[in-house]
Parts: sequence; structure tokens; C-alpha cells
Amino acid sequence: MNVLAAAVFNLNHPAHTVDWEFIHLSVANVVVIVLMLIVFFLAILLPFPGAARRRGGVS
Amino acid sequence: MSTTAPPPAPSTPGARAPSKSWTVKVREAGVDALPPEKLLPDGQPTYVASWIYVFGVASIASLIVIIGSGSILTLKGPAWWHYTGVGHFFNSIHLWSVELFFFVMVVHLWGKYWMAAWRGGRGRVWVTGAITFLVAVPAALTGYVSQQNFDAQWISTQAKDALNSVGVGAFFNVTNFGQMYSYHVLILPIAVVALVGAHVLLVRRNGVVPPFELEKRLPAAKPTGASAAGQGDGSAPSSTGGQA
Repeated sequence: MNVLAAAVFNLNHPAHTVDWEFIHLSVANVVVIVLMLIVFFLAILLPFPGAARRRGGVS
Repeated sequence: MSTTAPPPAPSTPGARAPSKSWTVKVREAGVDALPPEKLLPDGQPTYVASWIYVFGVASIASLIVIIGSGSILTLKGPAWWHYTGVGHFFNSIHLWSVELFFFVMVVHLWGKYWMAAWRGGRGRVWVTGAITFLVAVPAALTGYVSQQNFDAQWISTQAKDALNSVGVGAFFNVTNFGQMYSYHVLILPIAVVALVGAHVLLVRRNGVVPPFELEKRLPAAKPTGASAAGQGDGSAPSSTGGQA
């Protein structure tokens, strides 16, 4: 399992980075930021379970 | 024959003379600031049924895991978290709960920013939340430099230049393990927990901010001053479309 994980996630090298002007981010951080944005928009757009029922006043 | 008149009985059973005891004053101030029905309400307005608040609760859940796993790491020490399987496990739990804490806290913060959650006298609610994020950043940094490995050494020697450049290195020395560890396991966790506690109590006191449309439509949802905290929130569910 460890061998498999090492093959998939080979960390034995300097971090890959994204460079744009003065912005210098590791790819890992970019992935996390993009994930946060996706989750944020999903949190805004997806209806909360039972929200419509609550608004309708049905208990 | 002389008799002594008994002291007058209180007008109602159980009635007591006004007390100036500090405990009474604190209790009365506490109940005035946060009545029990606001502290532990029966329900919330319907607009609280939103994923954004799930991320607020998830932040608290992550913080509980952080404090729990961190307490165990503190008790067992660096040799345990570096050289034993269980130690590695708790070290990872601590790291990933921190990652999760920041992830969900930032999503909650973004949501509240775009909802302008400071409206209606809720400035302190917003500020305590935002400061919690700012205090959590050095709490995490001091953790990274307290690992007792090459990673900590690398991070601390990189960070010291930034901190020295802004003049705080003299009293916040990231290469001083003892100082960083004290910040990490005592001072900053107390600050984060206190801020989160204040944030939650302020949310209870002022209520969750109503949506923009509701605030415009219903005068009852618009507080009229500093003392109006609580209007248009969970304390006035009948005017906000019922409770969740």
C-alpha cells in the first residue's frame, strides 16, 4: 500500500509551483483554494435539505 | 411585660431584600445580556436553513478535534508522535483537523462576507469571527515550527526573516522552540477558543443576520439601534416566516 501511495504521490522532489507575476503558489495550495471555491459555490447553490418544507410552515 | 415585634414578613413567599452581592450582579447582568430563551432557543428562522451555517458548525467540530488530538500529543511528546504508529496517527489527525478547520472556516467566512453579516448591529459577531481566523494563522504557524523535525527547522528559518523584517522577531522568535510551543499549546489555543465562544454567544444574542430582501421588506427585521440587538432574528420568528 505504501509503495502504491508512493507511486501515485511521489513527493521526492521540490514542490511544483504556479508562477504568475509576483504570485508564487505550490500546486497543492492551488488545488486546496480551487476546492474551497467549488465547495463555496456548491454551498450557495445547493438547496438545504428540508428548507422548502420549513418555509412552507409544515412541521 | 415587653414584647419585641417580629420582623415584617416579606410580602410574597420567597421574596428577598435587594442584594448587592457581586454574584447577583453578575447573574443579573448575564441574564439581561443573554436570556435563557436566546442562549438555547427552541428554533431558528427559516433562512438559517443554509449550508453556510453548516460550515460554521463544522469549524467548531474541527476545533474540538484539534484541541483533543493536540492535548494527547502534548501529553505524549515528540518522541511518541515521531516514532510510534499511534503517535503518527494522532499527529496526522491533528494536522488534517487543522486543514479542515481552515477549509470550512474560510468557506463560512466567505459566505458571511457576501451576506454582509455585520448588518443590524452585528459588527461584533463579524469581528470576532474574522479575528478568530487571524489568530488561528499564528496558532497554525507555531504548530508547524513545534514539530521537532527538519520541516519545522526549515519553516522557522524561513519565517524568521519575514518576522524580523516587520520587527516582531525580538519577542516572537520562531527559532525558539520553548517559546513557540508555549504559544502553540497555551496562549493561542486559549485565544481561539475564547474568540469562538464569544462569537457563538454573540450570534445567540444578536441572532443570525436576515437576508437582504427580508430586511427591506420587514421593518421588524431591521434593528433600530444598539439596543435592538435580537430584533429580526431568532427572537422574532413570527415576522420572519416561521421557525426552522
